[in-house]
Amino acid sequence: MSIEIKTATLEPIRHTFEHTKRRFGDKPASRYQEASYDIAPEQNFHYRPLWQPEKELFDQSRTAVRMEDWNVHKDPRQYYYGTYVQARAKLQEVTESNYAFFEKRGLADRMNDEVKAKIIRCLVPLRHAELGANMNNMFAFSYGTATVLNQGFLYQSMDRLGIAQYLSRIGLLLGGNSTENLVAAKEFWMSDPAWQGIRRYIENALCLKDWFEVFIAQDVVLDTLLYDLMYRQFDEAITEQGGSDLAMLTEFMQEWHKDSSRWVDATLKTTVGESEHNRETIAGWITDWQEKAVADLAPLAEIAVGDGAINASVDVLNKRLAKAGL
Amino acid sequence: MSNRKINMKEKYRLLTRDLEWEYSYRDYKEIFPMEEFEGIKITDWSKWEDPFRLTMDAYWKYQAEKEKKLYAILDAFAQNNGQQNVTDARYVNAIKLFLTGISPGEHQAAMGFGHVGRQLGGVGARVACQMQAIDELRHVQTQIHAMSHYNKFFDGFQDFSHMHDRVWYLSVPKSFFDDARTAGPFEYMVAIGFSFEYVLTNLLFVPFMSGAAYNGDMATVTFGFSAQSDEARHMTLGLEIIKFLLEQHPDNVPIVQRWINKWFWRGTRMLALVAMMMDYMLPNKVMSWKEAWEVYFEEAGGALFKDLARYGIEMPAYAKTAIAEKEHISHQAWSIFYNYGHAAAFHTWMPTEEEMDWLSEKYPDTFDKYYRPRFEKWREMEAAGERFYNPTLPMLCQTCQIPMGFTDMEDPTSTFYRQSEYDGERYNFCSDGCKDIFDYEPEKYVQSWLPVHQIYQGNCGGAEMEEVLGEYYKINLGVDNMDFHGSPDEQRWNAWHNLSSAEDKLKQAS
Repeated sequence: MSIEIKTATLEPIRHTFEHTKRRFGDKPASRYQEASYDIAPEQNFHYRPLWQPEKELFDQSRTAVRMEDWNVHKDPRQYYYGTYVQARAKLQEVTESNYAFFEKRGLADRMNDEVKAKIIRCLVPLRHAELGANMNNMFAFSYGTATVLNQGFLYQSMDRLGIAQYLSRIGLLLGGNSTENLVAAKEFWMSDPAWQGIRRYIENALCLKDWFEVFIAQDVVLDTLLYDLMYRQFDEAITEQGGSDLAMLTEFMQEWHKDSSRWVDATLKTTVGESEHNRETIAGWITDWQEKAVADLAPLAEIAVGDGAINASVDVLNKRLAKAGL
Repeated sequence: MSNRKINMKEKYRLLTRDLEWEYSYRDYKEIFPMEEFEGIKITDWSKWEDPFRLTMDAYWKYQAEKEKKLYAILDAFAQNNGQQNVTDARYVNAIKLFLTGISPGEHQAAMGFGHVGRQLGGVGARVACQMQAIDELRHVQTQIHAMSHYNKFFDGFQDFSHMHDRVWYLSVPKSFFDDARTAGPFEYMVAIGFSFEYVLTNLLFVPFMSGAAYNGDMATVTFGFSAQSDEARHMTLGLEIIKFLLEQHPDNVPIVQRWINKWFWRGTRMLALVAMMMDYMLPNKVMSWKEAWEVYFEEAGGALFKDLARYGIEMPAYAKTAIAEKEHISHQAWSIFYNYGHAAAFHTWMPTEEEMDWLSEKYPDTFDKYYRPRFEKWREMEAAGERFYNPTLPMLCQTCQIPMGFTDMEDPTSTFYRQSEYDGERYNFCSDGCKDIFDYEPEKYVQSWLPVHQIYQGNCGGAEMEEVLGEYYKINLGVDNMDFHGSPDEQRWNAWHNLSSAEDKLKQAS
């Protein structure tokens, strides 16, 4: 026996919005579909931007990559705003208790000065790089055309701001909330030779005009290398040197990177798979940026992890690119 | 080692402002190429006062809690067929107007705040704009979800996105947001951040939400409550941007004043849609448009502009005209839509006798004198089976794109009309405000995609009205459009209420 509450059933006159029906068929649609697909304006724009008079709003020519229909993209995580903030809230809850535990137990005191110094020199300056990633993803969000793809960049952008803030808190936690670690980390970012390549790379990416190239330079090339280097290899190296508690403070970044990679991979694969033109265009960008990134990251890789570290990260990147058909 | 306590303001500075660095491999102007062309002078971004100090972890946490509650109620609403509980099926037309006219504007706002959230040179301002960008995305998406259930039971919601790009009256809000988005980053901030979100939000967003609350629309009003704290953040950002620009350099004052004049007027014109919604489309009235205008613009706005006087900012130009129009605008706008009810994707109707009495009471100086006789005539025509529809295409104002139907406030019986010449062509305007906006930037406004011109030029699917309305706009003719009386919406509504009234059935049985 089961309990059965009687409700008045009313026959709906349609299952979903017409634009959703045209894309997915005449059946009930998910919230992800209704909130993501075909909701951006596509034509009959009134005025040309004063800041870019040669183009329209939502102009598809803001990237050299071409799609017959930008709305063929799909986020495997199916993030719209609601699912996105709820996924991040879950992750931040764990992170918050990690940070609280770290502080309450005085775990910073268990790290020796050498380990701490290494974290401040090699990890904390990334807070600035993350701000660059925030700006780059905001750029890709603002000049793309289809919401289903654009929103991924907006989430990515806000995530990077969040990561910059967690990295800053690591600096504060390791110094008893004094600002000196953040001052020191900024100094490394500004003038330590190990950091100058990365800073130059990011400043260069901030000047790009093609939003898909920004995605390649930032989210595909640099992040794949950097996240493997810092949140896998550096994490292992620090653990060996007695700094295993750091992992509590970087769990967010590790989990986030796994999550974000699903979207980055799907976006790359769909775009590359569209045409030979896209494959070639993207491959060209990758060659350029990968060469720069490897050279720019090598000095940091060497002091953070050691010889050969950058090569291991390049392997990870190459595997990833191969999966996308590159 | 005991940790030093660190106050919120300092922590926020370290977690946001201190992330910025001085670029040395590339020039600042290459990274922020749009900061100077509008003539605004920024001398020191560090003087920016953060309007709210939310770090991302707190943002995720608070917003996720709000989303969870909102969706629980939307689910319950759908499960219980909450659409049956609105006051009257006529009400639903107000939210059709909202989803087709306003929600796509939220999407535009998300894109626009993303753009300035990348292009402004100060990290504090950028981050505040980015948070508004993602909030605006929230709003368009949650509005779609809140109205998704209505779409399954009423006509006119189903193609909101397609319609927003094409339908004649939707070019009013679309051109408004296109105008702001195509402006420079500082004008965008004054247009949307200040004029729209701060000065006019209580006259735009809030009336729809109050309308929902007064008319049993649990889905929409729950969205409204859930968005309230987002809107409060947006208002503080709007106020900060204006103060910041005015404090940065005295040369900014006249530029900002001109933008305020422009966007106040542009916003006021768009509010004509809200005015008619409040006075005519809500079966349960919240307050009259005139009352709302007095409370939210004349009193609250008046106090705001008094406060800004110390910077040399004055009341927006044309505020006087807008104040005079409060007596007329809703009646004139509703008349326009009643006239063109066959070309709209929502239903129109003449007010009932009680509703006319309410209008007389709320507009003692104008309703009986100018509007009641016309409306009574239309009601008689309808009763005689000759519901009035205007078969011609109206002339549109080149700037606001509303049909030229607003009257001269000095003589409310004659249509107000202005003209400008530019590059050998004549352009028409509904008001001095719209004419002045055009005259200052004619090269921008000659580009307007005017729906009526486009129809005449053959760009909207053909020469026949069925081709334009049915095929190009995708209005389901005879279903989405025409008078509410006799519409499928009305028939369904009546059927539900006969079926669901158990009391009536019992009475019949005995």
